[in-house]
Amino acid sequence: MPFVPHTETDERVMLDAIGVSSIEALFDEIPAELRNGQLLETPSGLSEMSMLRLMSERASQDVIGLSFLGAGAYDHHVPSAVWDLASRGEFLTAYTPYQAEASQGTLQLIYEFQTMMCRLTAMDVSNASVYDGATAMAEAILMAVRANKKSKSKRLLCAGNIHPHYLEACRSIVCNQNIEFEVIPYRDDSGTLDLEYLETRRGEDFAAIVVGYPNFFGGLEEVDQLTDWAHEEGMLVVGVVNPMALGLLGPPGEWGEQGADIVVGEAQPFGIPMASGGPYLGYMCCRKTIVRQMPGRIIGRTLDLDGREGFALTLQAREQHIRRAKATSNICTNQGLLVTAASIYLSLLGDRGIYAVASRCHTNTVALLDKLTQIPGVKLRFNGPVFHEAVVQLPTSAKTILQKVAEEDILGGYDLGLVDEGLSDCMLCCATETKTDEDLSMLASALSRAVGGHSADI
Amino acid sequence: MAEFPEELHYLESHEWARVEEDGSVTVGISDHAQDELGDVVFVELPEIDSEVIAKQEAGVVESVKAASDIYAPVSGSVIAINDKLEEAPEIVNDSPYDDGWFFKILPTDLDELKGLLSAADYKESCEDDAH
Repeated sequence: MPFVPHTETDERVMLDAIGVSSIEALFDEIPAELRNGQLLETPSGLSEMSMLRLMSERASQDVIGLSFLGAGAYDHHVPSAVWDLASRGEFLTAYTPYQAEASQGTLQLIYEFQTMMCRLTAMDVSNASVYDGATAMAEAILMAVRANKKSKSKRLLCAGNIHPHYLEACRSIVCNQNIEFEVIPYRDDSGTLDLEYLETRRGEDFAAIVVGYPNFFGGLEEVDQLTDWAHEEGMLVVGVVNPMALGLLGPPGEWGEQGADIVVGEAQPFGIPMASGGPYLGYMCCRKTIVRQMPGRIIGRTLDLDGREGFALTLQAREQHIRRAKATSNICTNQGLLVTAASIYLSLLGDRGIYAVASRCHTNTVALLDKLTQIPGVKLRFNGPVFHEAVVQLPTSAKTILQKVAEEDILGGYDLGLVDEGLSDCMLCCATETKTDEDLSMLASALSRAVGGHSADI
Repeated sequence: MAEFPEELHYLESHEWARVEEDGSVTVGISDHAQDELGDVVFVELPEIDSEVIAKQEAGVVESVKAASDIYAPVSGSVIAINDKLEEAPEIVNDSPYDDGWFFKILPTDLDELKGLLSAADYKESCEDDAH
């Protein structure tokens, strides 16, 4: 399938054929007040040569070094086979063809992705993926409000320690639908949600509770208690879960007495490199009873007229090409190529492989925290269990110290002052399975040197 | 050929309404509607005791081809729903006027039925759609 843009002549011929004066005129029926103005901030196009020059200049500003950054995107080893296979022409054309069933291979691959995500999360159903973790959370919120028929409100409780970028993206996406968020504060000692605060909200009408697992600070919430509390209160439970953590931790489908209702998150850890924020891969699972409120595509396995096994798009009737304005979402597509990579990654590693990666991430992080907290003035900000990330408190501004560490080509962590002024002396550190003991020691000694200059402050 | 029972009231959006002896109004979709939709795979019904408003959405019927809203023919409160449709939505195809009913309303104003179509008028409107 060639992807060649239309020429002006092509456009003129098509417009003449339908008797319309300009492309602009095709949008006349959209009221002016609903339309964005000119995109003034968007520069005009560049030639290939100038674009490559600009991009290589920008790329050279990156510190290419040892990275202990996490905060939503994680530096895992990607086996070479993942992208060797995913880059094959048969997979690389990411889009589901318009007659989807003609591409049985694509549908089988998505079906297998769905199956693996269901097994990891212990949920009944997975869709074919959505854009990324943040939009997956927004879709989960919209879905929960639709699915919770008992709740008359469009309010929900959202963990105050969920990724702040996710919360921002969700507010942007749902702000026009009169959905209100109430933020649950986290405890100053543990960084986890304050269950005592929740007791003060008993008896109020909320459609759902949204909980991060691990939370933004890498900590593990008391998900069993949270889930049971929310179900007693008639809320749906939405888990925003790092799927890699499920190699070690109990699946959301088994939280509390009944399990979570909707589970979403970012599947970037599965074979997708860290790349300037994307493209990444949102996943979305739910219990079967509310599957008809789930947005996006779902591939089903079925039999054809001759009794042979085949795959088909299922539950399409609620997508926007059929249901228009009343569709479950304005998005009815999936991240085809990244689903391919994640499926290959999961197949290569298998359940034991995922367990091994998750375990190594955890032990590396524990070892790193042990080394870092031996430096005078450096301590853990929160107590309580973590998966592969934790908040480290420094004697002075994290920004200053991280800059010094970066001079040794080490990205020591994420400066939490960027998202919360109250945490400007804190950094979020992550050590994945890619880090060796030497790597951990390198960060510890670089940090020790960087902090040393401030020893008088301790 | 689709059936259009005389005793029922119809909406152009293909719901039927039947006034029962106890004054309640039973609602379903017409034979013509189930035929146009094809195999019904899911029915979403209103909650018992919820209030519905005439000509506004009260549920959804979903076939392999489309998901369509069900409109309430009259305003009132929902006093019964046909639970069987949850497990066996195909009843709507097999028996649209009897076993395939959707829900019953205790109407606030039965006069609202006067605004609905008779069997003959509804049949005509279906035939017009076909042209």
